[in-house]
Amino acid sequence: MAGHDDEHLLHNEIKLLGVLGWVEYRLPIFNWINNAVGTNYPTPKNVNYFWNFGSLAGIALVIQILTGIVLAAHYVPTADGAFASVERIMRDVNYGWLFRYAHANGASLFFAVVYIHLFRNLYYGSYKYPRELLWWLGLIMLILMITTAFMGYVLPWGQMSYWGATVITNLFGAMPIIGDELLLWLWGGFTVGEVLLRGFYSLHYLLAFVIAGLAIVHIWALHQHRSNNPLGIDIKGPQDILPFHPYFTVKDLFGFGIYLIVFALLVFYAPNMLGEPDNYIPADPLQTPAHIVPEWYLLPFYAILRAVPDKLGGVIALALALLVLFAVPWLDTSKVRSARFRPIYKQLFWIFLADVLILGWVGGSPPEGMFITIGQLATVYYFVHFLVLLPIVGKLESPTPLPDSIATAVLEENKRKKARKLPQVGVAPSASHGASSGGGH
Amino acid sequence: MRRLVGVALLLAALAPAAVHAADEADPPKRVQWSFDGLFGTFDLPAARRGLQVYLDSCGTCHSLRFVAYRNLLEIGLTGDEAKAIAASHEVRDGPDETGAYFMRPAGLADRFVPPFANEQAARFANGGAYPPDLSLMYKARLRGADYVYSLLTGYGDPSPDVEFAPGMNYNRYFPGRQIAMPQPLLDGMVQYADGTPATVDQMARDVLQFLAWAAEPYLPVRHRMGLGVLVYLLLLTGLLYAVKRAVWRDQH
Repeated sequence: MAGHDDEHLLHNEIKLLGVLGWVEYRLPIFNWINNAVGTNYPTPKNVNYFWNFGSLAGIALVIQILTGIVLAAHYVPTADGAFASVERIMRDVNYGWLFRYAHANGASLFFAVVYIHLFRNLYYGSYKYPRELLWWLGLIMLILMITTAFMGYVLPWGQMSYWGATVITNLFGAMPIIGDELLLWLWGGFTVGEVLLRGFYSLHYLLAFVIAGLAIVHIWALHQHRSNNPLGIDIKGPQDILPFHPYFTVKDLFGFGIYLIVFALLVFYAPNMLGEPDNYIPADPLQTPAHIVPEWYLLPFYAILRAVPDKLGGVIALALALLVLFAVPWLDTSKVRSARFRPIYKQLFWIFLADVLILGWVGGSPPEGMFITIGQLATVYYFVHFLVLLPIVGKLESPTPLPDSIATAVLEENKRKKARKLPQVGVAPSASHGASSGGGH
Repeated sequence: MRRLVGVALLLAALAPAAVHAADEADPPKRVQWSFDGLFGTFDLPAARRGLQVYLDSCGTCHSLRFVAYRNLLEIGLTGDEAKAIAASHEVRDGPDETGAYFMRPAGLADRFVPPFANEQAARFANGGAYPPDLSLMYKARLRGADYVYSLLTGYGDPSPDVEFAPGMNYNRYFPGRQIAMPQPLLDGMVQYADGTPATVDQMARDVLQFLAWAAEPYLPVRHRMGLGVLVYLLLLTGLLYAVKRAVWRDQH
């Protein structure tokens, strides 16, 4: 896919004859694929199941696009027709209910997968040199995903669609000087209405393909320096790697099977569990729902938005919460990537994860009483983690020793596993394993 | 640390409960529905009795605008029965060859004819309150079937200190405990053809079978298909795991 900066680790170029050879001579697409996800792409042999979530995200995106194309063919983007057209899909289009439930729950699972992907990245320090741009591309895709999902949620034109759109678009009105004009332009009128709905429909469709394009660039950047791994150390030679195919194609396929089982359970047995019942009530501009809440995957951001009593301040906090992630490769001053070898950062990681979950809880609760205080404390901690703790800990912490290479670490790990399986007679084998075996999972 | 995450997860799971504790109403009763669970499906005789309750009671105020008369064949009505129900309502059609609009009896292809011409007419006839459409009611409330069942059986006498707005009725499951809808079900108000005694509780259960079907007509298909899909996926994933083990054998 791209010129690599180190020596060739694998020599699995494919030679083709006949028609395929004729094509390959003119357009070397088969070796291109083979270099990307085939036998000629070297992958650290020790990557664990958390490394499945990248390819899962890609598959989740494909499912969204395919189901979305079918839905778009039956959807009517008008204020009068949108809600009824969704019901027609659910009732009169052949298997329309299946496509719609797959699309709605697919969005939820897409976010779940991407969030796990992102937290894996934070735990194993994958964003560090030389993968900063890879991290940035991921973050840009996340922001586009949030935008796309929000617009998609507006399309059924239910109560939560309408009022969600009202709350979020009003945020743009908080901008000084240009706020009012911007809002007028965004709405195409003086309130949330059909012009906005049509615009969202168009952009919702478009952005999915922008994300797909960026995903290819993301993989391109990945392949330049290849996957990080749970040890966070670089590939040193052929003994550290395995070809992507068949080792990781089959591992990814197995992960895909698990993903589809979870997906099927949701689509077939709990298709509305993650949605808001209010969105089965047609949009009514005269009646505000008791609690306007976004989908679960946006709740932490919603909590940050509401933590600041001032509207503009909330918008700035929300924007900064996303933007601060772009600075993480430089805010994290430690040269060690993996949290396995960073005793203090490892603790901070779990506290940060708990903080984000608390933000999600606050985001889904009414903004009153203790929730206000908890939300504000959790928001402050969110920023303290990145802006204060991350830089300081990198300097103060003394990491535990890193293994010499991936291969030696894997060999030791295997030895330990075998020792555990064998009945232990008399001698206690290797007392040295205490240090790193607790790390990670 | 992981315990901390556990606590946060637990709190996140409790969030909906916290939201709804704020509304002043009792939590809905828990009912075992035939359509819950992996093998859940509609109780069709009950759904047909529920249709009768809808036609006699709910339908005088509440529309059902996403359901067509032809759909009634799915709960076991014959074509003639469904046609007879349709034909008791009129719809506007046209223009005919002279360009005029005319009224004709509704047919199987028509959707349930709403009881009022528009929202204003509905409000005017109901003391200002707007009876919502029931097509999606089962999905449009949290724990919809439990909630509507509780609402239908939740009328009673308030404690004397409750102050009522004019025309409101006491119902302990409705947010605020005051509802404009008068008690819609009374013992024996319908005569079931199959001889089932028409108690309030029975009618409420029956009408929920009907409303759940109206909101989610493909639920039985979905459950059946899901079972096949899951069995297939479990086998496939098991095989993929075996292949993975085989491919990786020399690496362990």
